[in-house]
Amino acid sequence: MKVFIYPTNSLILSDLVERFGHEPLAIMQEIGKKVRTQGLDSPPMNMTPEDPKFGLKYAAVEVPSGVRGRMSLFDPLLSKAEAAIIVIEPVISFGCMGCARTNELVNFLLRGKKIPLLKLDYPTNEEDAKMFVYKISEFLKSLKPAEDKK
Amino acid sequence: MSTTENLVRIAQLSCGAEYSGIQNEIDSAVKQVNAVMVYPEVDIGDIEAIEEEFGLKVASPDLKLLMARAKSIVTGKVHVDAVFIATCFRCAEAAIVRSEVRRYINEKTGIPVISYSFTERTTAGTLLTRMEALTTTARRKSLLAREKQNGLTAGIDSGSTTTKAVVMKDNKIIGKGWVPTIKVLESAQEAFNNAMKEAGVTRSDIQALGTTGYGRFLIGEFLKADLMQEEITVNSKGAVYLADKQKGPATVLDIGGMDNKAISVMDGIPGMFTMGGICAGASGRFLEMTAKRLGVGITELGALALKGNAHNVKMNSYCIVFGIQSLVNSLAGGSTPEDVAAAACHSVAEQLFEQQLQEVDVKEPVIMVGGTSLIQGLPKAVEELLKVKVIVPDNAQYIGAVGAALLASGFISK
Repeated sequence: MKVFIYPTNSLILSDLVERFGHEPLAIMQEIGKKVRTQGLDSPPMNMTPEDPKFGLKYAAVEVPSGVRGRMSLFDPLLSKAEAAIIVIEPVISFGCMGCARTNELVNFLLRGKKIPLLKLDYPTNEEDAKMFVYKISEFLKSLKPAEDKK
Repeated sequence: MSTTENLVRIAQLSCGAEYSGIQNEIDSAVKQVNAVMVYPEVDIGDIEAIEEEFGLKVASPDLKLLMARAKSIVTGKVHVDAVFIATCFRCAEAAIVRSEVRRYINEKTGIPVISYSFTERTTAGTLLTRMEALTTTARRKSLLAREKQNGLTAGIDSGSTTTKAVVMKDNKIIGKGWVPTIKVLESAQEAFNNAMKEAGVTRSDIQALGTTGYGRFLIGEFLKADLMQEEITVNSKGAVYLADKQKGPATVLDIGGMDNKAISVMDGIPGMFTMGGICAGASGRFLEMTAKRLGVGITELGALALKGNAHNVKMNSYCIVFGIQSLVNSLAGGSTPEDVAAAACHSVAEQLFEQQLQEVDVKEPVIMVGGTSLIQGLPKAVEELLKVKVIVPDNAQYIGAVGAALLASGFISK
């Protein structure tokens, strides 16, 4: 299945999802497309003033342009998501999304999708960390493998 | 602007600029003023500790990064000449961080700072004047320290509504010209000719010429000016010079035909400044339209406003369309033209107060300059809102031209 991960640039979450035979939906994919697309010229991510306009699908013009620009990146991931894992209050080194308002909106939209959703706190000690990985693995095992879906 | 001038290192402290698709615009504006953007290095530990150290708790990690970068400038980990702080327009959390970081850097280091809230519509052109002022403050401190005008010099201020020119000799204004801006070059030439005629001099007598305002480059190149400078530094200089407040802090307010400037000045040099330009309802244009609707000249509006009471008129909007509509409705409902004129002045002053003055530290003396400062109701409305005495110096409408003539005298020896 296509599993949305939050924080959406978490390499650990992305790796876990892959290990259990699913496809992680991570922001790196979308940013990668922007960086590799030729003909755009707004470094470092090749976003242009048109991108926040795509974000109008999710939020009106009174919402800051940075939120809407980020939502334009999240759009393909949100529309493909068949399941999601959300880690609450992770440390920055685990994965970091820059804008709190965008994070709130993304989390809200995921809840509204009525897809299998795992929400769990970021662990602060070794015992919790083991439980953290166990819960994620059990959740991923419960999902239909990506191959079956095809 | 000259590309031969030394390169200025500007630290970019921002949240959301790249996601708004405007990083290219920022880079383009910076390149035009021969500056380079730098992004102060921080490590994860700095970001994690910054809320406690800075004393401000925020939810967005990019704002934590912004604060950590500010700290690395203040502690001297990175050397920069100026700082550009930018966050998304309408983000409340970012507005608080932007304002506090701006104050923190300016107080701790004295490095010139400008803060800006952007949308995806922000262009390099919008940013250029601000970047030009920022780099000028960083690289031309000795020029800006000039307190007296020497020799025979002239200044031309090409504004969006009017073009002003002065000729100065040995620290005195000896000729003035003020014409509406129609065609930029022709209006400038006319204002300049009028000033030279009054002064009894010719172009060849003028030892140095400075230009400022929107048309500064066009006019400056045509008239072979020695100095082509944006209006923030020029107006700051002109304001403290005309008000005789060259030493210590001052706040300069200039409500222009198209945009407003609020500048914190120390010893005649701008430290923090903001330029508003999103809403026409906060500009001199609003007062012009009110005067037209009341059937009086713009020069009469101020005296009318002094006789009125703004609080007798209910305004439902600051907008140049709907706000004027409110005024028209008030007239139809029996309000006096005096009250309506006062309400218009109050509306413009209130927008400056609500939308721009948070971006600077308002310290006395507060000096109002530009043509709108002569609309007496406007300084009065600003005084009421700020609860401080507002100074309107003589020749306040020539502020840009005087500042340009004053600074241009620094080029005579060359």
